[in-house]
Amino acid sequence: MEHIVIIGNGIAGVTAARHIRKNSDKRITVVSTETDYFFSRTALMYIYMGHMKFEHTQPYENWFWKKNRIDLVKGYVNTVDHLNKSLILANGSSIAYDKLILATGSKPNKFGWPGQDLPGVQGLYSKQDLDQLEANAPDNKTCKRAVIVGGGLIGIEMAEMLRSRKIPVTFLVREDSFWNGVLPAGESALINEHILEHHIDLRLGVNLGEILADENGRARAVVIKETGEEIACDVVGLTAGVSPNVDFLKDSGIELGRGIKVNRHLETNIKDIYAIGDCAEQHESIGNRRPIEAVWYTGRMMGETVAQTICGNKIEYKPGHWFNSAKFLDVEYQTYGWVFSERGMKEYEQHFHWRDDKELICITMAFHKETKQFLGINTFGIRMRHEIFDRWLTEERDVFYVMEHLKDANFDPEFYTTYETKIVSKFNSEFGTNITPKKKSWKRIFSNA
Amino acid sequence: MKTIQNIGIIIFLIGLGIFSALPFMGTFKLDQGTFDGIVAEKRIKSDLFIQDIQQNVVGKEYNGMINLSSNISKALDNANEAHVKNKEYKKKIYTKSSEMASLIGKRSGSGYIVNNKGIMWMLTFGLGIIGALMFIVPQVLTLGKKGIKNDGIYHQSSTNRGWIAWLVFAFLVSFYMVLYFGSEYAVNWTYLVDPISESLSGNPAGHWFVYGFMYCVIMVVMAVRMYIKYRHNMYQMVRTTSVLFFQIIFAFLIPEIMVRLQMPYYDFKNAFPLDYDFFFQWNLKSLINSGGIGLFILVWGIVLTLVIVPVMVYFFGKRWYCSWVCGCGGLAETLGDPYRQHSSKSLFSWKVERWLIHGVLVFAVFMTGITLYSFFAETGTVMGIKTSGIQNTYSLAIGSVFAGVIGTGFYPIFGNRVWCRFGCPLAAYLGFVQRFKSRFRITTNGGQCISCGNCSTYCEQGIDVRAYAQKGENIVRSSCVGCGVCSAVCPRGVLKLENGPEAGRINPTQVLLGNDVDLMELVNNK
Ligand SMILES: Cc1cc2nc3c(=O)[nH]c(=O)nc-3n(C[C@H](O)[C@H](O)[C@H](O)COP(=O)(O)OP(=O)(O)OC[C@H]3O[C@@H](n4cnc5c(N)ncnc54)[C@H](O)[C@@H]3O)c2cc1C
Ligand code: SF4
Ligand code: SF4
Repeated sequence: MEHIVIIGNGIAGVTAARHIRKNSDKRITVVSTETDYFFSRTALMYIYMGHMKFEHTQPYENWFWKKNRIDLVKGYVNTVDHLNKSLILANGSSIAYDKLILATGSKPNKFGWPGQDLPGVQGLYSKQDLDQLEANAPDNKTCKRAVIVGGGLIGIEMAEMLRSRKIPVTFLVREDSFWNGVLPAGESALINEHILEHHIDLRLGVNLGEILADENGRARAVVIKETGEEIACDVVGLTAGVSPNVDFLKDSGIELGRGIKVNRHLETNIKDIYAIGDCAEQHESIGNRRPIEAVWYTGRMMGETVAQTICGNKIEYKPGHWFNSAKFLDVEYQTYGWVFSERGMKEYEQHFHWRDDKELICITMAFHKETKQFLGINTFGIRMRHEIFDRWLTEERDVFYVMEHLKDANFDPEFYTTYETKIVSKFNSEFGTNITPKKKSWKRIFSNA
Repeated sequence: MKTIQNIGIIIFLIGLGIFSALPFMGTFKLDQGTFDGIVAEKRIKSDLFIQDIQQNVVGKEYNGMINLSSNISKALDNANEAHVKNKEYKKKIYTKSSEMASLIGKRSGSGYIVNNKGIMWMLTFGLGIIGALMFIVPQVLTLGKKGIKNDGIYHQSSTNRGWIAWLVFAFLVSFYMVLYFGSEYAVNWTYLVDPISESLSGNPAGHWFVYGFMYCVIMVVMAVRMYIKYRHNMYQMVRTTSVLFFQIIFAFLIPEIMVRLQMPYYDFKNAFPLDYDFFFQWNLKSLINSGGIGLFILVWGIVLTLVIVPVMVYFFGKRWYCSWVCGCGGLAETLGDPYRQHSSKSLFSWKVERWLIHGVLVFAVFMTGITLYSFFAETGTVMGIKTSGIQNTYSLAIGSVFAGVIGTGFYPIFGNRVWCRFGCPLAAYLGFVQRFKSRFRITTNGGQCISCGNCSTYCEQGIDVRAYAQKGENIVRSSCVGCGVCSAVCPRGVLKLENGPEAGRINPTQVLLGNDVDLMELVNNK
């Protein structure tokens, strides 16, 4: 029986394993070092905040793996020996494979800051990081202030976590507005305000200079590079992005860039070795996507795809329309299609932005300047229907059509205030159109389903 | 704010403490006149019992119900034993000893509590309400900006099965034991609400009135908590208002007022088979003897169960009943909300759930079948089974122990829907309709799920919502009561409760929206 070995039990590796099992009888082994069972990394914050226990973040019960004949091995892979098709683990044992899937995820970035390895300084990626944070910042007496470095999604999550225990947080963001490399200005501004509302000391346009140690060698303060200001703190969170976790492959003969180089079939340069998830790097980016996409969904999609290839139905990785979501403290964010920030904006791209005058709710729609083709939407504080936007993007609808049928796309719970009328009327006055939003129609919503 | 809240807790605990001490307090003295009245009213023919009470109880002053009730039950047991031995069955007393004790106790109470009902009400209910509100209302500020407020739930003893939770458990279980099996100890409680009862129905309060009143009070206070906690979520606000309305108006006020108007006591929203004794002989007789209104109730009760309930479930899902109207659901959604995370999500408990709840439904239907047969055939036994025996078994095991003691008592340990999930026969019935013929579903938003597990954790019905959501599959489950909390706590906007066309309601998927269209088609349509 062919033996498929997967390194990494994250969403990418586990999805691949599940789908291979569905489609075949092959022997499957998943080797991973972090935890015994698959858990949802995206939920780490909720454990610290007391919304859930660790066990709740495990999407499958523990009997699932045995029942589905997916062997789990807990251990760290030191070496991949592709000549002998075998893995050597840190404990000295080895595992032979016929096909190998690398799904090793990411690790937090460190940019060589002085003091970055001091006790009290940590990232937030793994279960171990979470345990570390629990030890470093159990309450606001042990941790009188925390400084978070890096204004991305994990940074704001970490700030929210610490605030849930009433720990004062200083948030150092290199950009002059939060996440404005990704978000258009209006949205980024809304999040800035919201961060301040949560009593987080947001510092925009500053970099970390160094981290100072106390007499015991623990972090005691950070120094801001631009101003030299010293901020006393007990914990420093480094959340300046992640990069592929591939160091152990350096001398393996597998081609590496920043991540593991793969083609559209997710194959590496070595036969029978594949890479998926955060650690994979496409030779060429697909559409507007980046070559490395460290998000949950792409890990899952690559897992779905590679399983087909392994089970004899060789297919390309062809992600559909881009979508993503996040939550900034209390504000939910969803995106469908492409809306670029001012920095990344395409020359043909035009935006329509609407923000409610009371609530923290806004949307930005991107469309083609000339053809008016709808390109994407960002929503803050309104939930939208994935299926509808996916369809509109496929059908290449224009922005007028989208405005007219916006009610079909609303996915907020029942009885919520709706904003389509306000949105469309602002659009009308801005673009001199005369669109009236149509009533929500089940027939249209399900027309393709 | 913290100080106000702490003072609130103290005030609340004082109120609760006095309330809990009441069963052991008070002076009781039965005088001859009162006793003669009871003998006449209850048509007691047991000379032994009458003698015993007259010798040992009448004219004596008792401190607390404990001694009084033990004397009464001793007298009753001895008398019955002797009558049975002498084959004097006509003299045997069929009133249960705890019922007899509470009847005598209620009429013989004297002293401070009876003479100061208003003050005593303030010291118990009053302090409880004020204290609880002092703890709850400041949450408008202490909880911060509106949004999901689950911080610390698994860090706190009260909501993480710690010692506080076990204390609450012990209190609730004892309370229900008194209610169902020791009503004589509730006598002092009934005094507190006598004035209210008298102003509604014209009668002094019994222990069920205490329960009904407390139920409303607790729901109101805990609804305030819901309004604050979910103030960003209109669905929760509207739903909470709805359960409050139905509890106070339909379950509490209307039945009491009907009694005042010489009509039968009836809760118009309580549908059979949850209302399991609807077809019991005594109820049918009382309805038939109450003229037009009785007949109307009879017809309404039948139409409610056979037509209104299923039709509404078809259009709106079982939520219209279970989390918008029902009293059990109402308590679960208010008092029980802090405990919703404790319902087990394991496959094992799902299996247990299906056996139990359907077992209870079969039991209820079977019992009602036999009841109706004996009613029309005018017999007491069917195929060798005593009708009253099976009714009593059901009332005790399901109606009291399961629905009350376990159903509510276990809130802090097994979550707030133990009864609704494992025991309620009406829920089982609604579940069939919801699963097989309904427009209701929880739509999963394409591929947006990140498998975080918030939805499953906070599903009070123990549904592993994530198992569906992460496959891009809609949630169509018979047990879902449509509380909407999974949708509320989802940080990625994945879930929406909605009523739509039946076609495409169940949409099994393997490859999720967002991936290669051909692949999705290939795998999902296999
Ligand atoms: C706090 C946080 C929040 C996030 N929130 C979101 C979000 O909201 N939305 C979103 O789309 N994405 C989010 N992400 C990103 C998302 O979690 C990742 O993209 C995804 O988990 C990557 O999955 P993966 O399977 O590729 O790798 P991983 O989940 O990282 O799994 C790889 C596993 O392989 C193990 N491993 C690595 N090397 C070896 C070795 N040599 N031997 C043995 N085992 C090894 C690792 O220990 C790890 O357990 C978040 C990430 C973090 C850290
Ligand atoms: S599935 Fe959602 S709506 Fe249904 S009972 Fe569970 S939490 Fe409530
Ligand atoms: S809460 Fe939302 S994102 Fe999390 S598992 Fe449930 S559906 Fe998925």
